[in-house]
Amino acid sequence: MSRARLIAIVFLAITFSAVLLADFVAPAPYAKQFREVPNAAPSAEHLLGTDDLGRDSLSRLLYGSRVSLLLAPAAALLTTLIAACIGGLAGYLGGWFERAALAATDLSLSLPWLFLLLAVRALLPLNVSPIASVTITFALLGALGWSSSGRIICSGARSIRQSDFVLQAQALGISPHRLLLRQVLPNLKPVLAAQFWTSIPIFIIAEANLGILGLGVAEPLPSWGNLLRGLENWPEVKANPWKLAPILMLVAVVSCFQLVFQKREELAS
Amino acid sequence: MWLRALPKHLLRLALTILLGGLLGATLVRFAPGFGVDERELDSRLSTQSIHVLRQSQASQRDILGYYRAYLQGLFRGDLGVSTSLGRPVARLFAERLPATLRNVAVGVAAGWLFGFFLALPMALSRRRSYEVATAGLSGMFLCLPAAVLGLGMVYAGGAAAMAIALVVFPRIFHYSRNILTHASERPHVLAAHARGLQPARIVVWHILPNAAPLLFALMGISVSIALGAAIPIEAICDYPGVGQLTWLAALNRDLPVLVNITLLIMIITLTANSVSDLLGQAVARQRI
Repeated sequence: MSRARLIAIVFLAITFSAVLLADFVAPAPYAKQFREVPNAAPSAEHLLGTDDLGRDSLSRLLYGSRVSLLLAPAAALLTTLIAACIGGLAGYLGGWFERAALAATDLSLSLPWLFLLLAVRALLPLNVSPIASVTITFALLGALGWSSSGRIICSGARSIRQSDFVLQAQALGISPHRLLLRQVLPNLKPVLAAQFWTSIPIFIIAEANLGILGLGVAEPLPSWGNLLRGLENWPEVKANPWKLAPILMLVAVVSCFQLVFQKREELAS
Repeated sequence: MWLRALPKHLLRLALTILLGGLLGATLVRFAPGFGVDERELDSRLSTQSIHVLRQSQASQRDILGYYRAYLQGLFRGDLGVSTSLGRPVARLFAERLPATLRNVAVGVAAGWLFGFFLALPMALSRRRSYEVATAGLSGMFLCLPAAVLGLGMVYAGGAAAMAIALVVFPRIFHYSRNILTHASERPHVLAAHARGLQPARIVVWHILPNAAPLLFALMGISVSIALGAAIPIEAICDYPGVGQLTWLAALNRDLPVLVNITLLIMIITLTANSVSDLLGQAVARQRI
């Protein structure tokens, strides 16, 4: 294992531990306002200062990271499951089902993913609660992001279907159901794992894009997307460089994901 | 041979576009919150006005009926009227599409120029320092959301097209590096190196022709990437293009605009992919 990958794994481990323990590590609840010190500079009480509503920036960064880092894997799991069902079955069954599934994949791939996401996310009711908004945002990410993974999984399942050991098993009279569960699925595991891990940074970035456009997780719940909206006021960011913390955190985490799962990504592509 | 396959290809393209439009309209129709109109909250509106608003929303509920009427209008050149901007969609497209196409074209061209030429030296020699530096540079841009790059470009005083280029470049670099490296490891290229051929000659005559079909396919994909990036970038940069219109339509639940944009984006993406596929196939056939 290279030194860079090791450092990335340690960084991700520390970050995940910190965000999971945000209730204990964070200096204050994410929505608590310190009205006497809005826009405060870093101090012993507020290590990253406070935002314009007087909320502790470090606490919001930790809780925001928790939202992004826990729900992006959940969305990746959903997308991998959908892709595995559609792509895996299409590759395994072949014939008209494969053609129909590939046509659906092409259809889905021909539309920029962010566009669909933006359109559907914007149609949410106006009075949606922050928890519902975060759930819907990541559920949409998971539900709409399956197509490219589906195509890769389909091609993996097809090559397994055409392999000698599957032909041999069919010749021995093993039932299709048993063949799928005992032979095809275990051999698809590396491809599924690759799709899962490579989807996580994609979903983190997609949520950030939606958040900056005001269509991500609703306030007061923090996420990397809505924390990045603070960058829109550049003169303030320039005068208070610690406000760059969310973007630095995002870049660091996504880079670490890329470093750690580079090999899996190569396998997936 | 491929001229005979062209009508079938075009028919498939047309069917995909029609189905895609229906898919986009259906997704929008069944999204939670469809039918909620912010104007209903306006206390200045009378009960009758609110009733009219609700009736107009109700006409969009039957999605098949709506889509059929939309297609009939489309064949007459009528794309409908934007509910939020109160203007014909065709006119909105005529005003905004050229700007977005220009942005996307410049973004794709600049992204390719930067990404491809950064990857090209790797086809000849694999210097560790160069690999690390270029992978670090592209990796950094790969980690940044398109909207952040758009913001950066606004503060730097750059054009929206350059932000699109910065989104496209790392992906082009990543894929073209893999394609070129793979092509440069083929036996005939190694033999050419062993015979002492000039590096430029090896690239032009032995590596690029082999990599061309995949590079053409990548060109098609890069158009889709650029279009996807144009939405947040134009919205952030306040650039009056189709990307910004998409964002405004999404915020205002403007179904006529959203359905038309779905079709438009699909036509552009599928056309770019088809052209790149046909070019790739033509090059591959010439090689045989």
